[in-house]
Amino acid sequence: MLKTFPKGGVHPPENKLTSAKSIKRMAVPKVVYVPISQHIGIPAEIIVNVKDAVEIGQVIAKSGGFVSSNIHSPVAGTVTKLDLIIDTSGYKKQCIVIRTDVKNEANFQEIEYPLVKDIILEPKAILQKINDYGIVGLGGATFPAHVKLNVKEGTVLDHLIINGVECEPYLTADHRLMLEKAEEIMVGVEILMHALNINKAIIGIENNKKDAIDIFKKLTQNNQKIKVAALQVKYPQGGEKQLVRALLNREVPKNGLPLDVGVIVHNVGTIFAIYQAIQHNVPLTERVVTVTGKKLENPANYWVKIGTPITDLVNEVGGLPEGTRKIVNGGPMMGKAIKNTDVPVTKGTSGILVIADDEASRGEPKNCIRCSECVFVCPMGLEPHLLMNLSEKGLYERASAEDIMTCIECGSCSYVCPSHRPLLDYIRFGKQIVKKLNTAKN
Amino acid sequence: MSEQPIIVSASPHVHSDRTSKKIMYDVVIALIPAFLVSVYVFGASAFIVTSVAIASCLLFEYGIQKYLFKTAVTITDGSALLTGILLAFNLPSNLPIWMVIVGSLVAIGIAKLSFGGLGFNIFNPALVGRVFLLVSFPVQMTMWPTAIVNNTNVVDAVTGATSLGLIKEGLLFGKTMTEISPQLPSTTQMLFGFTGGSLGEMSALALLLGGLYLLYRKVISWHIPVTVLATMVVMTGIFWFIDPEHYASPLIHILSGGAILGAFFMATDLVTSPMTKKGMVIFAIGIGVITVVIRLFGAYPEGVSFAILIMNAFVPLINTYFKPRRFGAKIKAKIVSL
Repeated sequence: MLKTFPKGGVHPPENKLTSAKSIKRMAVPKVVYVPISQHIGIPAEIIVNVKDAVEIGQVIAKSGGFVSSNIHSPVAGTVTKLDLIIDTSGYKKQCIVIRTDVKNEANFQEIEYPLVKDIILEPKAILQKINDYGIVGLGGATFPAHVKLNVKEGTVLDHLIINGVECEPYLTADHRLMLEKAEEIMVGVEILMHALNINKAIIGIENNKKDAIDIFKKLTQNNQKIKVAALQVKYPQGGEKQLVRALLNREVPKNGLPLDVGVIVHNVGTIFAIYQAIQHNVPLTERVVTVTGKKLENPANYWVKIGTPITDLVNEVGGLPEGTRKIVNGGPMMGKAIKNTDVPVTKGTSGILVIADDEASRGEPKNCIRCSECVFVCPMGLEPHLLMNLSEKGLYERASAEDIMTCIECGSCSYVCPSHRPLLDYIRFGKQIVKKLNTAKN
Repeated sequence: MSEQPIIVSASPHVHSDRTSKKIMYDVVIALIPAFLVSVYVFGASAFIVTSVAIASCLLFEYGIQKYLFKTAVTITDGSALLTGILLAFNLPSNLPIWMVIVGSLVAIGIAKLSFGGLGFNIFNPALVGRVFLLVSFPVQMTMWPTAIVNNTNVVDAVTGATSLGLIKEGLLFGKTMTEISPQLPSTTQMLFGFTGGSLGEMSALALLLGGLYLLYRKVISWHIPVTVLATMVVMTGIFWFIDPEHYASPLIHILSGGAILGAFFMATDLVTSPMTKKGMVIFAIGIGVITVVIRLFGAYPEGVSFAILIMNAFVPLINTYFKPRRFGAKIKAKIVSL
């Protein structure tokens, strides 16, 4: 029996159309749009002016606080505008617009970084560098990595977990990265273990990526410290709490963090970014993006500069097909629908999913038939039907008492509801109000 | 770009292919074997009663929604159809047609629509219809056509009591089980359904087949049917073990009356059963206990319908007190400052 988390979860059709396609490099765009808020927390502060010339990797916006992150220029060029543009959230956000200098060869050089295995830096220096180089969680939550790694002295920490689950249907960015940069990821794991003084690491990979499991099995064959674990395919196993439960049989306490049970979890993409930063002094200015959809001519995986308009990506795979009704930034379960493709790729963009007419609309909501499916699939042990009702009726105190704030918004409830009820929509709404009420109380 | 606008809605952007309608029709499919057995045993009358119940349930739902409530008509969702079939299954096949229609009106009009329609009713509509008829027309509701199988022909000429009725009556008149047993149908007859009783409740085998289909299709989970039957076996088993001359065996109890129909199809009604697995077990134990108490000590020979309706009333309470275990609950959280 493969490991998995015991409570809840769903298994939507995997649709991993691009898992056999190696990562290609996207052409450097003529203009990049770099939002200053690509991470959870305080937006970065812009430190360049219009008409400034910038180099690749130069800091253009400085971390605005502890839970914040530096932002580096993805290209060499000139700052043309500091403007409000609509980002993937659908809201207008401050953004640095840089025109790529087409004469500057640095923009078009494809650097082959050799594998560097020796770790020279001291733990403190490593953590500082992760902070300086703008590394955030690349699994989708974009939580600044240095915050997660800032472990208070005296905390008992015994496991590093590497999240190679990629449980979202369609997405293959992490899968391809694991296949193509396995050795670098192994070094990245060792860097973090060294920095945190942890002796054990587990790489968790779902069993629909057997090739990736095999590669890491080979690489960890004689390794006493780093292990690979194949996991049963089940959504949302990539959720930190579910993954820790699946791999170590430890349950993160309600409102707690994996740290509370001695674990730190990082996504494989983040690990690779850390490797690049520590061993090659490369800040986070590009990432792997899966561009996919059933009707696309040629869905594929790309290395993309942060700030590249999504339009460029869509054009690269043959343009939006006839009958496109939805464009999603991310996977189908947790991704955000965007209105058009004039939106830049940010640190959190793991995929672009194009959905056609027949699958884009939601079913018409009907009466709840109290079938309990939402209760059975909720990985957090909540009662989504109840939380929706309480939010709808404005009974926020009760919703709070029913643990609405522990919802991880995985969407399993809305996915299974046979009456097409917008469960998660109302739960999200309820969470927002409860959060406001809680802040007001404090 | 297409002419139609791009949709911007919140995640998730995919949906499983399960719909309420499919669930309802799955239950209808699961009831087909028992229906066929019923038509085979009772002949055209079973077909007529079922058809009338279905037609009147659909018509009452249509009429009330369209002309009285002036709301959207939902007769295509499969739930009124299901209520019709289940109501018919709980009636004797020789019941006067007008009573079938009255039962349908009570089931749809009072038990379902007056509570707010699909999903809002507290009590199982088909059972409310049946119990209304039982208390209003006790004579007609307890005159069962008895199926007699002689060689190849199935004849339904005789009306008489069900096995449970025979036992109850016999025991009341001071007979022992040894004296009563020759009157009872054999276990095989009960399994295949060649016995007296409501239209759809007699064939244990056909109902089990349907029940297995529902389990396979994940429309129901094992918790309710297995717990109901297990509770009945344990309770009747204890009495039978102590005094087999005055209490029928657990096997007779399980195979007769509405035990299997109730356990697999009536108690598992999604709307009127609890929403957690713990709750379902509590609910099912309640049904088992109340059924046995009514059968052994009550005035009626059969108690499944009453037991389910009584436990239906407890469902909101059960849902409040038997919640799923929250992830990470009761683990002391150390506050880690960032």
